[in-house]
Amino acid sequence: MTIDLHGFGPALLAGTLMTVKLALCALLLGLVLGLLGALAKTSPLKPLQWLGGAYSTLVRGIPELLWVLLIYFGTVSLMNQLGEALHIPGLELNAFAAGVIALGLCFGAYATEVFRGAILAIPKGHREAGLALGLSRGRILSRIILPQMWRIALPGLGNLFMILMKDTALVSVIGLEEIMRHSQIAVTVSKEPFTFYMVAAFIYLGLTVIAMTGMHFMEKRAARGFARGNQ
Amino acid sequence: MNWEVIIKWLPRLAQGATLTLELVAIAVIAGLILAIPLGIARASRHWYVRAVPYGYIFFFRGTPLLVQLFLVYYGLAQFDAVRSSSLWPYLRDPFWCTVLTMTLHTAAYIAEILRGALQAIPRGEIEAARALGMSGAKTLFYIMLPRASRIGLPAYSNEVILMLKASALASTVTLLELTGMARTIIARTYLPVEIFFAAGMFYLLISFLLVQGFKLLERWLRVDACQGR
Repeated sequence: MTIDLHGFGPALLAGTLMTVKLALCALLLGLVLGLLGALAKTSPLKPLQWLGGAYSTLVRGIPELLWVLLIYFGTVSLMNQLGEALHIPGLELNAFAAGVIALGLCFGAYATEVFRGAILAIPKGHREAGLALGLSRGRILSRIILPQMWRIALPGLGNLFMILMKDTALVSVIGLEEIMRHSQIAVTVSKEPFTFYMVAAFIYLGLTVIAMTGMHFMEKRAARGFARGNQ
Repeated sequence: MNWEVIIKWLPRLAQGATLTLELVAIAVIAGLILAIPLGIARASRHWYVRAVPYGYIFFFRGTPLLVQLFLVYYGLAQFDAVRSSSLWPYLRDPFWCTVLTMTLHTAAYIAEILRGALQAIPRGEIEAARALGMSGAKTLFYIMLPRASRIGLPAYSNEVILMLKASALASTVTLLELTGMARTIIARTYLPVEIFFAAGMFYLLISFLLVQGFKLLERWLRVDACQGR
C-alpha cells in the first residue's frame, strides 16, 4: 500500500525537523529549570523551598496548552515595552521561542520533582564525606551529587521527554510550522484529513520509538558499574 | 492586572469550567470501564492475548492527543461509510468527538496502570485464593481487581489530573470549555494575561479539589492499610 502525499512529503519532513528542534531546545531549558527547582526545593533556605514548591505546583496545575497561549499572546505588551526601552521597534516573541519557553517551563516543573527525588535518594553520608574531605559546596554538588543523581533521574526524565515530544504538537496552535501545522496545511489542500493526520501520528510514533531506544542506551550507559537488580 | 474585567467574566469562565468537568468526568469513567478488559488482557500470560492491547496502548500513548482528536473530528469525515452511518450525528459533534478521543486516550494509560497494579499483587494472595477453591474468574473479581484498584488508585488520580489538563485541547475543535471560553473572551476584550490567569486559577482550583477528593477516597478504601505487603 502506498500513500499519496500530494507532494507534501518534504514539508512534513521539514515539520519533523522543526518538532525535533523544538523538543530538544525545550528539553535543555527544562533540564536547567528542573535542576534549579530541585536545588531550591532541597535547599535549607525556607524562601527558596517555597519558591521551588510554588513553581512546580503552579506550573503542573495548569494545562500546557494554556501556558503556550499565555506566553505567546500574554507577552505581546511586555515585549512592546521592552522593545521601546531597548529601542528595537516591533520586538516580539516568535512562535518558536514561545513554544520553547512554555514547554521548557512545563518540563522543568515535572523535572523538579524527578531531580528532587534523585537528590534525596543519595545517601547523606556521601555529602558528609565530601564535607569531611574539605570540598566546597559547589564541588560536592558537581562532583558527588550530580553524577550519582543522573543515573537515578534518567528513567523519570525519559518519560518526561516522551511527554514533551507529544506536547510539541500544541505549539501548532500558535502557528509554528511543525508536523501538525504542516499536516493541517496539507489537509486544506488535499481534503484528505484522515490520511495526513494518520501520517502525522506515525511520524510521532517513529520519534517516540527513536527516543525510547536512545533512552534505553543512555540508561544502560548510566548504569554501568552497577550490578543488575542492585539498583 | 485588571481585576474588574476578571470579575466581570467570571460567570462565563465558570460556565466553561462545567463543560471541562463534564468532559473529564465522562472520559475518566468510560476510560476506566474500557481499560479493565484491556488491562487484564495486557497482563495475560499468553502472547496472543497481550498483542492486541499492546498495539492499542502503543498507538495511543505514542501519539499526541491533538493528533488523535483531529483524526476523529476531521479525519473520520473522509470516509463516506462514516458519513452515511447512523452514528454520523454524534461523530459530527465536537463534544462527542472530544469525549470519544479522550476516553480512548485515557483508557490506554489506565490500562497500563491496571496492568502494573495487577502484576504488583503478591503471588501468595492469588495462590491462597486458588487454594481455597476459587475459580479463575472468582479470583479475578473478588481478590485481584479489588486489590489492584487499591494499588493503582494513586496513579489513577494522577491520570485524572492529566486528563483535566488535556481537556484544554477541546478548545481546538471549537468547544467552549475553560480554555475555549477564555480564548473567546480574549478575542473580545484583548486582555490575554488577565483572562488566561483567571482560567489558570480555575484549573488549579479544580485539580486541588480533585486531589482532596481522591485523598478522601483513598481513606475510604483504606489504601494505606493494604500497603504492608
